[in-house]
Amino acid sequence: MMTRRAFAISSALVLAATLAAGPARAEKLIVSVSNHRVTVTPNYSGEELVLFGSVEKDASTPANRNYDLVVTVSGPRADMVTRRKERRFGIWINTDSRQFLQVPTYLAIFSNRPIDAIAPPEVQRRQQLGMNNVVLTQRVGPDYADVVPSDPFRSAFVRLRSQHGLYRESSSAVTFLTPTLFRTGIPLPGEVPIGTYTVDIKLFSDGQLVTRTETAFEIVKVGFEQFVASSSRQNGFAYGLATVAMALMTGWMASIVFRKD
Amino acid sequence: MQLFLPIADIPVNVFLILAMGAAVGFVSGMFGIGGGFLMTPLLIFVGISPAVAVASVSSHIAASSMSGAISYWRRRSIDPALAAVLLTGGSIGTLLGVTTFTWLRSLGQLDLLIALSYVILLTSVGGLMFWEGLRAMLRANRGKPVPMRRSGSHGWIHGLPLKVRFKRSKIYLSVIPVVVVGFVIGFIGAIMGIGGGFILVPLMIYVLRVPTSTVIGTSMVLTLVTMLFATMLHAMTNHLVDAVLALILMVGGVTGAQFGARAGQKIRGENLRLLLGLLVLAVGVRFAFELGIKPTELFTVRETGGGT
Repeated sequence: MMTRRAFAISSALVLAATLAAGPARAEKLIVSVSNHRVTVTPNYSGEELVLFGSVEKDASTPANRNYDLVVTVSGPRADMVTRRKERRFGIWINTDSRQFLQVPTYLAIFSNRPIDAIAPPEVQRRQQLGMNNVVLTQRVGPDYADVVPSDPFRSAFVRLRSQHGLYRESSSAVTFLTPTLFRTGIPLPGEVPIGTYTVDIKLFSDGQLVTRTETAFEIVKVGFEQFVASSSRQNGFAYGLATVAMALMTGWMASIVFRKD
Repeated sequence: MQLFLPIADIPVNVFLILAMGAAVGFVSGMFGIGGGFLMTPLLIFVGISPAVAVASVSSHIAASSMSGAISYWRRRSIDPALAAVLLTGGSIGTLLGVTTFTWLRSLGQLDLLIALSYVILLTSVGGLMFWEGLRAMLRANRGKPVPMRRSGSHGWIHGLPLKVRFKRSKIYLSVIPVVVVGFVIGFIGAIMGIGGGFILVPLMIYVLRVPTSTVIGTSMVLTLVTMLFATMLHAMTNHLVDAVLALILMVGGVTGAQFGARAGQKIRGENLRLLLGLLVLAVGVRFAFELGIKPTELFTVRETGGGT
């Protein structure tokens, strides 16, 4: 019941927003990713996709408008836990922890200039612009909530993901080739999470959201990688047997190859 | 050459992993141990998650003990009866170990447990072996014979019931301590991702008083079977065995082991034990340091599933 009502409300809101924004929304975004299906093969060690797009204007568009762009790429979502070590009984052990629920495993936020210059704080929050405004839901006791960006667990989480190249933010990654044509690179690290990635592109002008569009790409394991990963999951027994047989064979081969007599 | 590992989900340098396998294999062949206590930390060091490292190393140890066991079998220095009794305890221990491993992983204390058991086991066993080796070497230098087996000093262990005659080892011993030793090795082996050879060999020599002629061969059979069993269980419960990683480790490991075994034969027995003691102790002290000093990074992030 709850979900249905929430859905009804949200669709009503979307409808209202569309109607309200309808006449004013003169621009249209047209985007494309260089590759919609990134395949992970044995020699995969990272890749860079390119997102191209242009701002289409129509007759009612005010001329000489300056545009700003924020691109948010989010990878497949997963539950993660951040733990903090503390000194107990003279040794450093994990004590406190926070659970992050359904947060993106990969998150890249790119813009053409600093987020603060693009939109006022309250728009930043509403549109989840920038690393500090993206909602990263934590389980805090019985509640589900996001916390302030300075929260030690949240900032440690973002910092550690960034160290692995999985979370990144850049205020100069989007470049306008002409006043309406833009591009940005989407770097994917070697230890990339497998799954569907959504790319959310938001166009701003004078601090207000003008229009937005979404595209997606997927990262999939193919061939051998896919075969190994899926058989280990779905057929643990046979996978185990194969590994065991492999170990026995390798050991046996070695004793034959290196036999002294 | 970079290769993307299908289960660990990270690209690694094949030659680095091969070299690590060969180096650890050399050490394991030299001392007649599995070498898991060196391999697991090394894999964690190159960025493979501890859980995948532990699960994959078990199959690597199985391969190297397989090649070792075959050569010991040819020399008839394996006691099948003793191995069978040890295995009874070993299988129960492994089963319980893998279950505990899964449970600890959900609690988030797995890393601590692995680190703590490394510290306690390695420093104590390493210290004892080093001390024993040092004494033996000093005695040998003074020209006295090295008493490997003090005859007549039968402890309470030899008073236990259910005695069985182990023909090839030429000992008459209760099965209870043998099963217990097997259980302990199986349990810690499954949790720590080690074969436990470096603990099993001293236990067999000093507690069970198995003669040196059959110790290493028999311990290798136990290591082989418990590690095969652990591989199966890890594959079926945690789905974390990376077969590609394991294969690279195996190839490097068995090759290194052959050269290690040849090098080991050129070194005197007591010096070998001294060296092994030193190595085990060094790894233990390294882990102790890690727990004792303030880490540069206090936070860790782990995925707990629930992915869409």
